[in-house]
Amino acid sequence: MKPTNIKDPEYFHKVVDCQYACPAHTPVPEYIRLIAAGDYTGAYMINWDSNVFPGVLGRTCDRPCEPACRRGRVDEEPVAICRLKRVAADNADKDDVKNLMPKGPFKSNGKKVALIGGGPASLTVARDLAPLGYELHLFDEQKKGGGFMRSQIPSFRLPETVLDQEVNYILDLGIHSHFNHYVKSMKDEVLSKDYDAVFVGTGAPRGRDLPDLPGRKEGAANIHLGINWLASVAFEHTTKVGKKVIVLGGGNTAMDCCRTARRLGGTQVKVVVRSPFAEMKASPWEKEDAAHEDIPIIDNHVPKTFVVENGVLKGMTFEKVTAVYEGGKRKLVPVGGDDVFIEADDVLIAVGQENSFPWIERDLGIEFDKWEMPTVNEKTFVSTNPKVFFGGDAAWGPKNVITAVAHGHQAAVSINNFCNGIDLNKRLDPMVNLVSQKMGIHEWSYDSEVASDERYVVPQADKKVTLSNRKKEVELGFDRLTGFKEAERCLNCDVQTVFTETKCIECDACMDVCPTACITFTENAEEENDLRSKLKMPATNKTQDLYVSDVLPTKRVMIKDENVCLHCGLCAERCPTAAWDMQKFFYNVTKTHTGCQKS
Amino acid sequence: MSYVRPTFRHPELPKNKLGYTIDYYEGSLSTLCAGCGHDSISAGVIQACYEMNIEPHRLAKLSGIGCSSKTPAYFLSNSHGFNSVHGRMPSVATGANMANRDLIYLGVSGDGDTASIGMGQFVHVIRRNLNMLYIVMNNGCYGLTKGQDSATADEGSKNKTGQVNLFESIDLASLAIELGATFVAQSFSGDKTQLIPLIKAGLKHPGFAFINVISPCVTFNNNVGSTKSYDFVREHIEATATVDFVPQMQEISVEYGKGSHKQVKMHDGSILDLHKLSEDWDPLSRQSAMNAVLNAKTKNEILTGLLYVNPDSQDLHHLLQTSDKPLNTLKKSDLCPGSKALEEINAGLR
Repeated sequence: MKPTNIKDPEYFHKVVDCQYACPAHTPVPEYIRLIAAGDYTGAYMINWDSNVFPGVLGRTCDRPCEPACRRGRVDEEPVAICRLKRVAADNADKDDVKNLMPKGPFKSNGKKVALIGGGPASLTVARDLAPLGYELHLFDEQKKGGGFMRSQIPSFRLPETVLDQEVNYILDLGIHSHFNHYVKSMKDEVLSKDYDAVFVGTGAPRGRDLPDLPGRKEGAANIHLGINWLASVAFEHTTKVGKKVIVLGGGNTAMDCCRTARRLGGTQVKVVVRSPFAEMKASPWEKEDAAHEDIPIIDNHVPKTFVVENGVLKGMTFEKVTAVYEGGKRKLVPVGGDDVFIEADDVLIAVGQENSFPWIERDLGIEFDKWEMPTVNEKTFVSTNPKVFFGGDAAWGPKNVITAVAHGHQAAVSINNFCNGIDLNKRLDPMVNLVSQKMGIHEWSYDSEVASDERYVVPQADKKVTLSNRKKEVELGFDRLTGFKEAERCLNCDVQTVFTETKCIECDACMDVCPTACITFTENAEEENDLRSKLKMPATNKTQDLYVSDVLPTKRVMIKDENVCLHCGLCAERCPTAAWDMQKFFYNVTKTHTGCQKS
Repeated sequence: MSYVRPTFRHPELPKNKLGYTIDYYEGSLSTLCAGCGHDSISAGVIQACYEMNIEPHRLAKLSGIGCSSKTPAYFLSNSHGFNSVHGRMPSVATGANMANRDLIYLGVSGDGDTASIGMGQFVHVIRRNLNMLYIVMNNGCYGLTKGQDSATADEGSKNKTGQVNLFESIDLASLAIELGATFVAQSFSGDKTQLIPLIKAGLKHPGFAFINVISPCVTFNNNVGSTKSYDFVREHIEATATVDFVPQMQEISVEYGKGSHKQVKMHDGSILDLHKLSEDWDPLSRQSAMNAVLNAKTKNEILTGLLYVNPDSQDLHHLLQTSDKPLNTLKKSDLCPGSKALEEINAGLR
């Protein structure tokens, strides 16, 4: 194999598994260290810069970082990254935070941008563009900003005060908000006006229905679409539900529906899902939370009919199935026997949602495909109309808040380029930094000792209280001490092991001391797979790179399998010539306000 | 700041026949200088014991004083250990071995502990063919007292302060062969592929097995002009042969051309598989071993690998015809067999 090019920032970026997995590439270990140091405001600002909604995401993020966390490969469970983010948000000094933010009024640059939809994608674009002097007009049909974060995430998971605060941080930058304003026509209300660019962040607002199921029409009064029902609850149009409730679907919306139903009077709430339990789309912790609130999840049941008697919904029948796998594809095959009847006063359908653009005329140069989805460039987020940009769920269908934020950053860069006549593909490089952490012998400027603690559990409020009050937040969050202990579980993967072959005397000390057998000195091989198999511990996790040095005096090379490196620094401590060094790698994704100009 | 080794290990570590992963054979984290050759030898001992499926409680590690003699703290934490007076490790090993012949004895010493203060003990333990593996971690200097030349420093070798050693060095391997050691090898801490099979063979050898390991002192004797630096050793190293240790009951899979291949069968059926043999060297001949060492010396080479082995070696217990059972397992009935037995003995003397 050729020597690894560590000058390419993507190499070390990939080593920081959590940051690499995060759609917005939040510098996770950096803010976790700040939490451990008690600098909650600093930790909050790192988050705010990167993901804009730390308080919201610290409670509701889909956490793609956690399955990626290296700790999960050596320990039972990954670091509770998401809940640590909440620790930063809960404990940050609000005045300091406000002072550290960009402060308007900003000098106008004479450009005007319309943002359609008031969710996380639009708000991110607004935040990134406002300090550059743009006049930003944000339109949303709801009475407040936040989009689905407000209408679909129940208050017991995300208190309104937290959401309001973080939405207001952005609106306070001088955004012209037009709430209670549903944009009916892209042509008449937007493109015919004097906007220099338009960003569409309208989400995936249409809940999937089961229109052809017998009884759907007859029982309509008690059959609700999950996302509409949740919005109706959030805006307090709906305040109660029947005692017996069936929730159809296995995603996170289904989990929010069933738990909300428990709080509105549902005593026998059941989730019924077609797929096997293990394959449900809902996050494992959301399923656990539902189970904790006495909500059974009945899997492998396909809805067949709504049973309506005398115009009143009585329940539903289901066909029992089993999952059969053929060539990697899943088929649900009926197991035979009688259909199952489950009683219900109300049914909530949460079987997915989709995009819908009835307000965009089809003759504006904005191309839509056969599924009525806009054609959007994956890197620049521009549609086929050079003035119109898409992001968040509106671009490629339902994902999550953090993905919408990531889209928002990149769309903002594109809009800024577009408004300044710069090619959309001419984007700045990410901001990177690599600095030695050596303070002395056995002394590093990061806490290199690896804590053996198991993952701490987030305490919850008493079920009696939370089930009787829809707005009472269930999770209490870590207190500061537990937050510190959990933060200490972080392996500091951003403190990189950097190897300088010209200094190495091949004493093997690093190889001998490495607790996880990551380092091998051996002859090089042409094929990566050959090399992987001949290491001290075969490198079987191919998603993780090998760090290969140039040839050493004995004709061997140093190979480090990044897979289970604990970043404990022992290789560098036991190195007599400092051929190994621990260097902190900071990577900040290109945004309108950060990036490296190549000289 | 970390003097603490993390508790996590590679999640896919294989288990040996006893069901232990290699970390069961580790010791505490080394406090020797970073890059010390001794640490590599410790790692070699760990690897060898793990691969040989040795139950740690069946091994006793003994040492004297010095950097080298600290190393038993850094391997086999689950084994017995005795850190003796300077240069007196052979006496303690002899006593322990006489009392309990069932344990495996691993002595670790340095060039000072063996070639200076402990020389008197060293030569006698060789003569007695005590069943043990005696490893000298030889760095040619007194690292613990700031790097003065030791008795194994080569004549003409320059130390860190620029002083040239005026005295002839003691060659421990030739000395051991001369005194009749039944297993003599020489190796280099930077070459584990050679060192580990030698450690395994030494542990299996029924009698006194000696391995002189050149182990550079990174702090005081790794300078230009030193004959025990990493660079110098790498440039001047030669091997008698490539050694593979093949445990009993395992087939030898590799084939070698005729004339360059030799097998030495150990007493328990395991095999020392030697290939790429150097010319005019016979591992079973003391004379040929002596010649090989001398030839290498005149050519300014450091000869490593197995130098000499006597597979028919008979250890001290055999020579003294001691009890087959370890003394600590002898019961009262064994030690006081009764008046009838006494009568028989007395009758035999009449």
